[in-house]
Amino acid sequence: MASAPSPEVLRAPLVVEFPFTRSLGPVQSAFLTGLRERTVLGVKATDGRTLVPPVEYDPVTADEIRDLVEIGTTGTVTTWAWNHEPRRGQPLDRPFAWVLVQLDGADTALLHALDVPGPDAVSTGMRVRIRWAAERVGAITDIACFEADEGAGSGESGPHTGEFSDPVTGIIAAARLDYTYAPGRAQTAYIKALSERKTVGERCPSCHKVYVPPRGACPTCGVATTERVEVGPRGTVTTYCIVNIKAKNLDIEVPYVYAHIALDGADLALHARIAGIPYDQVRMGLRVEPVWTEGARFPDHYRPTGEPDADYDTYKELV
Amino acid sequence: MRPVRDIAIVAFGQTDHLRSTDELSEVEMLMPVLHEVLAATGLKTSDIGFTCSGSSDYLAGRAFSFTMALDGVGAWPPISESHVEMDGAWALYEAWTKLLTGEADTALVYSYGKSSPGSVRDVLTRQLDPYYVAPLWPDSVALAALQAQALIDAGDTDEPALAGVAARSRESAAANSHAQLSGSVPQGDYLVRPLRTGDCPPIGDGAAAVILAAGDRARELCERPAWIRGIDHRIEAHSLGVRDLTDSPSSRLAAERAGAFERPVDTAELHAPFTSQEVVLRKALKLGDDVAVNPSGGALAANPMMAAGLIRLGEAAARIHRGESDRAIAHATSGPCLQQNLVAVLEGEPS
Repeated sequence: MASAPSPEVLRAPLVVEFPFTRSLGPVQSAFLTGLRERTVLGVKATDGRTLVPPVEYDPVTADEIRDLVEIGTTGTVTTWAWNHEPRRGQPLDRPFAWVLVQLDGADTALLHALDVPGPDAVSTGMRVRIRWAAERVGAITDIACFEADEGAGSGESGPHTGEFSDPVTGIIAAARLDYTYAPGRAQTAYIKALSERKTVGERCPSCHKVYVPPRGACPTCGVATTERVEVGPRGTVTTYCIVNIKAKNLDIEVPYVYAHIALDGADLALHARIAGIPYDQVRMGLRVEPVWTEGARFPDHYRPTGEPDADYDTYKELV
Repeated sequence: MRPVRDIAIVAFGQTDHLRSTDELSEVEMLMPVLHEVLAATGLKTSDIGFTCSGSSDYLAGRAFSFTMALDGVGAWPPISESHVEMDGAWALYEAWTKLLTGEADTALVYSYGKSSPGSVRDVLTRQLDPYYVAPLWPDSVALAALQAQALIDAGDTDEPALAGVAARSRESAAANSHAQLSGSVPQGDYLVRPLRTGDCPPIGDGAAAVILAAGDRARELCERPAWIRGIDHRIEAHSLGVRDLTDSPSSRLAAERAGAFERPVDTAELHAPFTSQEVVLRKALKLGDDVAVNPSGGALAANPMMAAGLIRLGEAAARIHRGESDRAIAHATSGPCLQQNLVAVLEGEPS
């Protein structure tokens, strides 16, 4: 029950990755399908401006806008920034310029990359043209990047129906972020103790409750919990449920029992699987102990100890 | 329009802002700051009428990450609580409106962010338009650099002037013990040209907390409350190419609606993470050279995501508490290139 020393900080890689599936509205669908067909479409705003990339609602009045216009594939750089160290996912893997480009016939600018040899080769006002991706799927990345262009540009634009065969109606936006997760002082101590097959909690200096797993704070008193307390290994089932649905990638036969377990000395119940007893004989008050498997970082499950059931009054506060 | 009730910031606390705080979970980082503002007012958590926080799951890499931090405020027995997935400045706005309704007389506002577990430049790309922009992964520095070049092309600034903003901010931060970067900091190499490392904020972890109180309750809790005379927040079109990046009409409109232009201010705490953004904000908010801009060092000295805007409100209030300012504006921003802006006007009563 010593005051917790600061243990060596634990760290682990944490990858959050998700392919967001997004549906497109009619204007976005026409624009991205158009890119697939090497056609750039804008939309007429209420004030007469042609917005590229097009939006479905007017940025000033919020009116729904639908009047599509085909515009040029050449344009003028309105501002730029030199990116000498491209990052993962960016359009080019060699140094490039980020540019806002006002395409000929458009009144607003599109963000993309410009492929030029160095910062001296880019300037505001320079003429550029779209370099199309070899394989196009109906996404902003169908524009591989921009490249320098000598021409003056026609500035011509004209109405477009926005109709294409096999229109793109959605995009899959892959997102991946890499983190290094560090669980903090209290949870580090909990995880380290588990590696020695011990369960530790922390006691609140104010209300004296022992929290397992410890999170560093007492949620009732709002103060730091600092006094480490070993709890268990035995405990009492406070409540439980019978699981009848087999989880994907989980090698446990159904039905099985998942329970809240009040470890001896703890003031908060943990949850874990109960085994070693037929599922329909698990009950509130059942006394259980952890079962460790070789190399595991936490108990595989809890099984009955064979002791008499705990009296309801001893755990009713934890139900 | 004058608010229907007088509401003031009566206490402010912040952590030291550090590049990394691996040894602390969010709640462990936050708790000392909560205790600091409670101790300053003598309030207990059970005395607080409303609690509102700001943070972001994308920084933590975990869903509903704010619920863990709630352990630090003593949320049992049940409290009246809310959360914004934004900078704490917007949590303060929500708390202010709650107090205006009369449903609470005191509010605890806090926010925190740990940028150290991930790459904040990558994380911030996920707040961009997912159809046309986010698939290109333009990072926060790149977008700020586009804005800086637009300002240079417009003749509003140049690289030496930007370096001057950086130097002045970090010199001011020498008096701020919580700052992450202070004193003489090299301007460094280009990160994304025209921005050098010196033009960019440090990446760090930190937290802040504020207590708001209404009317006489504020006078009981603080010798010289920082009265909120007005707050407003505005947003601009999300498409960068639709906006004039050299201006911030949303900041100007928010300031006008908050009453900032009715009388001169002596202090401005601006949430300008990049030197070039201070140039934009000074113009939009019509700040003359006689106004002390970011005497704390501003976001160039410490920019804990989700807390840096609330810290601007707190720093401005603390100057009023100390009698160093009579009328200040505080500004917070969110989104790329100053997309969203909040402006508050704070005043101390004549002493």
